[in-house]
Amino acid sequence: MKTNNYLLSILVDDEPGVLSRIAGLFSGRGFNIDSLSVASTAEPDVSRITMVTKCEPQIIEQIKKQLHKLINVITVNDLTDKRYVQRQLALIKINAKPEKKADILRIVDIFRCKIVDVGLSHYTIEVSGDSEKHDAIIALLNPMGIIEIASTGSIALARENGKK
Amino acid sequence: MKLTGAQILIKMIKAEGVDTIFGYPGGAVIDIYDALEKQHDLRHILVRHEQGAVHAADAYARANKSVGVALVTSGPGATNTVTGIASAHLDSIPLVVFTGQVPTGLIGNDAFQEVDIVGITRPCTKHNYLVKNVDKLASTIKEAFHLAKSGRPGPVLIDLPKDIVGTPVEFIEPKEVSLKSYKPNYKPNKKQLSKVVDLIKQAERPVIFAGGGVILSQASEEVTRLAKTADIPVTASLMGLGAFPGSDPLWLGMLGMHGTYRANMSIGHCDLMIAAGVRFDDRVTGNIEKFAPSAKIVQIDIDPTSIHKNIEVQCPIVGDCKTALAGILQLMKTKSSENPESYDFKGNRKKWLDQIQEWKDTTPLKYEQGSEVIKPQFVIEKLYELTKGEAIITTEVGQNQMWAAQYYHFDKPNHFITSGGLGVMGFGLPAAIGAKAACPDKLVVDVAGDGSIQMNIQELMTAIESKIDVKIVILNNRYLGMVRQWQELFYEKVYSSTSMENAPDFVKLAQAYGAKGLRCTRPGDVESVLSEGLKMDGTVIMEFVVDKEESVYPMVPAGGAITEMLLV
Repeated sequence: MKTNNYLLSILVDDEPGVLSRIAGLFSGRGFNIDSLSVASTAEPDVSRITMVTKCEPQIIEQIKKQLHKLINVITVNDLTDKRYVQRQLALIKINAKPEKKADILRIVDIFRCKIVDVGLSHYTIEVSGDSEKHDAIIALLNPMGIIEIASTGSIALARENGKK
Repeated sequence: MKLTGAQILIKMIKAEGVDTIFGYPGGAVIDIYDALEKQHDLRHILVRHEQGAVHAADAYARANKSVGVALVTSGPGATNTVTGIASAHLDSIPLVVFTGQVPTGLIGNDAFQEVDIVGITRPCTKHNYLVKNVDKLASTIKEAFHLAKSGRPGPVLIDLPKDIVGTPVEFIEPKEVSLKSYKPNYKPNKKQLSKVVDLIKQAERPVIFAGGGVILSQASEEVTRLAKTADIPVTASLMGLGAFPGSDPLWLGMLGMHGTYRANMSIGHCDLMIAAGVRFDDRVTGNIEKFAPSAKIVQIDIDPTSIHKNIEVQCPIVGDCKTALAGILQLMKTKSSENPESYDFKGNRKKWLDQIQEWKDTTPLKYEQGSEVIKPQFVIEKLYELTKGEAIITTEVGQNQMWAAQYYHFDKPNHFITSGGLGVMGFGLPAAIGAKAACPDKLVVDVAGDGSIQMNIQELMTAIESKIDVKIVILNNRYLGMVRQWQELFYEKVYSSTSMENAPDFVKLAQAYGAKGLRCTRPGDVESVLSEGLKMDGTVIMEFVVDKEESVYPMVPAGGAITEMLLV
């Protein structure tokens, strides 16, 4: 059956072991986590987990229900079919050969990225945007010799009028 | 008032109405045991292995319709509870398990008898806690009991570092539990209930399928009323036995891999299934594609994850079984008073009930008792007759469990106590002790096999020491019978590691522990041995040397459709 990507925004109690409960639920029931991002919120004792998971449509219902069943999970919001803003952050370290430097700077400019570290032989580029933007810039930079990438998972919030 | 953590623990357990706990001491809980010795209201039953404590607490909870409590030490004491906790988790039994832990300052240092029991039991508890601050102890215990018994019940574990239980602190009565993230939905959607009434009205071949959720929500009266009002036959899962009277003409027997022919055929042919408190376990459904192929399915469950998990249902109802069934009955009453004729079911069920009767007549549960060798089924039938169906039956796991389920007809809920989901050998004896502790006036019988009784045989000493009299019926076939049966049917009779020919003398074993032991080897003596053993004071082992290679039938081979049964 066809699998889709789902974007879940989960509010949880900020307590030790909560991430382990969620990770354990996914591994124990054979669900997949594609990316995960966890941080505190404006409310004390509450954290937000933003998760991308890939699965079949009927499995996502079970995932959402199982997540909600965890005592430390407060809300599970499926943003997939809603209007939302989504960002992920990446640092890309790339070979900066003299003949390529101008090309790299042009790509950085087009994608509105930043160069955050400059060395004799490489640049480190900071990229912020949705996952398509990340895929696109990586595709362009790849031929020039990406040395390494560090990337966060997606974070997302529903827009003011969240319904599509 | 200043109390130590240990005193708070005892106070909070008593406040929950629990009068008996099961446990085993050790270094990390020595303060709690000291406090237990200095009070007289909370009874502590000393088991002989921590696994036994949890199974006993499990059965106590079921027999008493309350929460079971176990108390063990850190490290190995804690890990020994895992099987019991996992069993209670799969059977949704309300338990609170207290484990000792090394002092907070040593946690994470690989200290003596340290284990991360919260980490280990995360996937097999409803929730668990490590208490790091004695000020939070009372509220944590209150919350744990609330979680254990509300919504879909389950086991909750509280890990107690040694310094927490030893520290005196000002006791403040904890507030009522209110969790923003946990609000079980008891009240079913009324529109859905109304839909069920319409479905019942339209149905020609309805069946009620009751599970453990009916027992847990104490809804057997509602199941019975619905069945009788709308003339609907009833089947149950292993966990649901007793939800509907086993002696009623509308009773179909158990469903599933070792279900009765008529129950399985009814599911295969029904056009409406009202499933209450069930989770459609694979042992019930067999091949899911061929399960109730022509039925519209109504599923009532308090746990939303149970719905649409294994099987698609047309009418899901999230809510308490008792409330939902009572709601359906009420709606039916209102609608039928407006239009009595279309709610008179007696006539139009005839064809369906005749068909079921035919299945029952042509293919009943059967065995042939000759004059030489005892058939295990015969022992259970006689046990049923002699106890008039009034005993609480606990079981081990395997053939003994299935024969008890098939041949002892449970008229009341909370009388059949078995490890249904996890299938734990060694469950029955400690469970019998727990059930008897909860219901001292009841006769409690553990139906055991010669293999599984040896898995927690040490609990005989617990029964003797605590004067908790249980009766143990061992069906001794000198095999791990259920595995042997699979080997016979599917592995060309290669009886690999299933022979139990080398076994202790169970009569002498009983005597060694201070119990009484009886042995029966001839069919003609079954009744008299049972009768004598059940009448004896104290704990009694009755060993029945039964047919070595008797198998449990009907049997649905794993993965087969439940209507395709091996019959002999």
